[in-house]
Amino acid sequence: MKKLITLVTALSMVSSIAAENIAIVGGKVHTMTSAGVLEKGTVLLSDGRISAVFADGEVPQGYKVIDASGKVVTPGFVGALTSLGLVEVSSSSGVVDSSVEKTPITNTGAAFDVQYAINTDSSLIPVTRLEGVTSAATTVSNGEFLFGGKGAVISLDGFAPVLKAGAFMTVDAGSGGAEISGGSRASLWVMLDKVFNEAKNAKDNLSAEKPWYGINTRLDVSALKQVIAGDMPLFMRADRASDIRQVIAFKKRHSSINVILVHGVEAWRVANQLADAEIPVIIDPEYNLPGGFDQMGATLKNAARLHNAGVQVAIGMDTHNIRLAAQHAGNAVANGLDYEAGLASLTKVPAQILGLESQLGSLVKGARADVVIWSGDPLEVTQAAESVFIGGKAIKMESRQTKLRDRYLTLQDSEYTMPSQYERSAQ
Amino acid sequence: MKSATSKLTLLLVCTMSLLTAGCSAKPNKSDAQPSKVTINPNPYPSTYKPIEGEPTLITNVTILDGVGNRFDNGSIYFVDGKIQAIAESGQTLDVSENAKIIDGKGKWVTPGIIDNHSHLGVYPSPSTRSHSDGNEMTNPVTAQVWAEHSVWPQDPGFGRALAGGVTTLQILPGSANLFGGRSVVLKNVPNRTMQDMKFPDAPYGMKMACGENPKRVYGQKGGPMTRMGNVAGYRQAWSDAQDYMRKWEAYERDYEAGKNPKAPKRDLKLETLAGVLEGDIRVHMHCYRADEMTVMMDVMKEFNYQIGTFHHAVEAYKIADKLKENDVCSAMWADWWGFKMEAYDGIRENIPAVHNAGACAIVHSDSDLGIQRLNQEAAKAWSDGKRAGIDIPMKDAWLWLSANPAKSLGIFDKTGSLEAGKQADIVLWNGNPFSTYTKAEHVYIDGGLAYSLTDSSTWPVSDFELGQVGEGDSK
Repeated sequence: MKKLITLVTALSMVSSIAAENIAIVGGKVHTMTSAGVLEKGTVLLSDGRISAVFADGEVPQGYKVIDASGKVVTPGFVGALTSLGLVEVSSSSGVVDSSVEKTPITNTGAAFDVQYAINTDSSLIPVTRLEGVTSAATTVSNGEFLFGGKGAVISLDGFAPVLKAGAFMTVDAGSGGAEISGGSRASLWVMLDKVFNEAKNAKDNLSAEKPWYGINTRLDVSALKQVIAGDMPLFMRADRASDIRQVIAFKKRHSSINVILVHGVEAWRVANQLADAEIPVIIDPEYNLPGGFDQMGATLKNAARLHNAGVQVAIGMDTHNIRLAAQHAGNAVANGLDYEAGLASLTKVPAQILGLESQLGSLVKGARADVVIWSGDPLEVTQAAESVFIGGKAIKMESRQTKLRDRYLTLQDSEYTMPSQYERSAQ
Repeated sequence: MKSATSKLTLLLVCTMSLLTAGCSAKPNKSDAQPSKVTINPNPYPSTYKPIEGEPTLITNVTILDGVGNRFDNGSIYFVDGKIQAIAESGQTLDVSENAKIIDGKGKWVTPGIIDNHSHLGVYPSPSTRSHSDGNEMTNPVTAQVWAEHSVWPQDPGFGRALAGGVTTLQILPGSANLFGGRSVVLKNVPNRTMQDMKFPDAPYGMKMACGENPKRVYGQKGGPMTRMGNVAGYRQAWSDAQDYMRKWEAYERDYEAGKNPKAPKRDLKLETLAGVLEGDIRVHMHCYRADEMTVMMDVMKEFNYQIGTFHHAVEAYKIADKLKENDVCSAMWADWWGFKMEAYDGIRENIPAVHNAGACAIVHSDSDLGIQRLNQEAAKAWSDGKRAGIDIPMKDAWLWLSANPAKSLGIFDKTGSLEAGKQADIVLWNGNPFSTYTKAEHVYIDGGLAYSLTDSSTWPVSDFELGQVGEGDSK
């Protein structure tokens, strides 16, 4: 495995070195920093990093200038919670690395590590990045375990994916978690305290020679220790207000753990307490139906009410269509969320949650040069990403989908004179 | 209420020889002949009553009439549940003295959105197992079940869809079966019973399904387990329906000849299939792949029926010419893809590509969330098409949301466009509906104000939500 990691790092360097110096000028730049919005800003990309962002001034020598006048420039969007790279087609299509069944390495699920499972050639990656999503948190999305193992943050550059391994861990602290903990929350929370306390109290190096009688396996313990140390945020999924209060209480009992609330359909009802406890949320702001008894308070106002109470809101939970997170954020704005908070929910906030705020999610000197030029307001459904830079390099705005489109539009135009399989779009 | 549906179904039962006369009991031809066996074609009649409206004039508004016209600074007047007139800029309309006049400056008016693919009521919220009433997964051929017998009108999803400008929707059975059963068309005015919502005189539809779902569900339960097994299943069922029709024809013939024939045993499954073969019931077929849709159009010719609409039709763009030639609509998502193999080739330009080929394109939801913003789905497809060089004006793109689904459901003579005499199913948008930020401000159904963005007393609260957290909240 060490070899693999080395290789990944090497490739990453190659990609950065190959990047040219680029100046994006004239666009409306949302920096997502205290610099705010620059109406006609300049963003300089150099060696795969952002080298400067400024409102006025000259572009230095040696930069390829890209005119973004009349357009909007943002950091690349960060998919807050996905299974990108782990699944091609989920149903009836062979091994899907986003789900895990029983295995001797783990009892509680904490030990999985998705960093080894990322398929850089997944067709989802080009489909997703050409719509402005340049990195994503990815993890196991369904399994039979309490925890979803160690998630990773990946770049969608297509060949050097892992920006951060062991970036977060998921746990269902609602009905789903209760289901696999004996069918009741009465068991779930006792279980959660037990497995964390067990991990906390276990020796750092559990010896394989000595017997171990824990609920966790030895590998689970080592993964949970990273969570307890606060290095690996714990994404706790809960919808109903009473469950969210338990999440807050859990955080008080385990104060070193960096807790993030996920899904949070009724989070608006506990907004002040979440703000006080400094627990950010990742939500689907379009979810407004009582899909179950845990979601009776569902409303399109969730994002706005949370933000107004001072909670950090991230938006974007999907895999094949994580590209629609911008539309979700747009609908949150249409329902009262502050516009810049809408953009932050796709950029700065997920980056902060994942502990990568200096690297991702804002246009600031030294950050990765993941930058998108949009035809207009990125939260507007009729606008689109026109140019996408990942690690300072412009990606080819092409995917299987654009190739299918071009093949069949050409056939349509030519009245199907050629058998379709001979039709290739020009390279 | 005597309905077109009943007339259509009458034909189904009786046609077989008696095209001119009805089925109702007729005087016996001879004293020895017992009365003819007849079947009530409309046993669950609509009891829908529109919300009472007032004569309403909306002025200074941008109107998309849904059949290809746009009027900037136009006016629309509706009264007694019907559209009375549309006026271009500068024209005035004669309106009643007590007409309510709304200044539509900066706003838009369109026909109400029609979703021809919904499972509201049959897969309602909350989605408990007890509520899972959309797929009769007991046999691959269940044409005998009717979705209307599963619809739970207290599904909060109806009210949410209303806030998104949906005025009419078709509730379909699921896609587990080759033949999933009959659909029902509803006016989206949430009420006590399914019959209270049932669209008067709308024809029935029947759900069929291609591909992966029937294979997956029945592969280990006696089949079909392959696509060729699916097709054998459709063909055998159609053949059985033909046989059934011949039995009824023989009965009719013998009866008319004064004999005393025994009526065939009623078979609810074959009765629905016969209704399709007679052209009275519309086929709504879940089908993703281009090659499968093309096979199905050959099955259609083999058994001489019409597929009205392919639903999902993720690969419709590959065979738009053939869909046009065969007069089959495609009801599509803007951008769903990849959740199963048959959805792997989804592209964002599917809808505009189908439209561009001159075939019938429809935006559908198949989702209790998607149904709340179908205007945004159309907007995405419209702009994706534009970027790919298919420049369709908004006034034509609205065909996808109202007129084409109305045609697919067989109700375009009643609704689906803003034309004088049609039902006043109208949405007043607070801006351009091809925008994320625009919302339905007023939704009128048959001229009655069914929803107002600014008046919480018009926000439906289902029985299920009453007395629960969030009751009456902005949803």
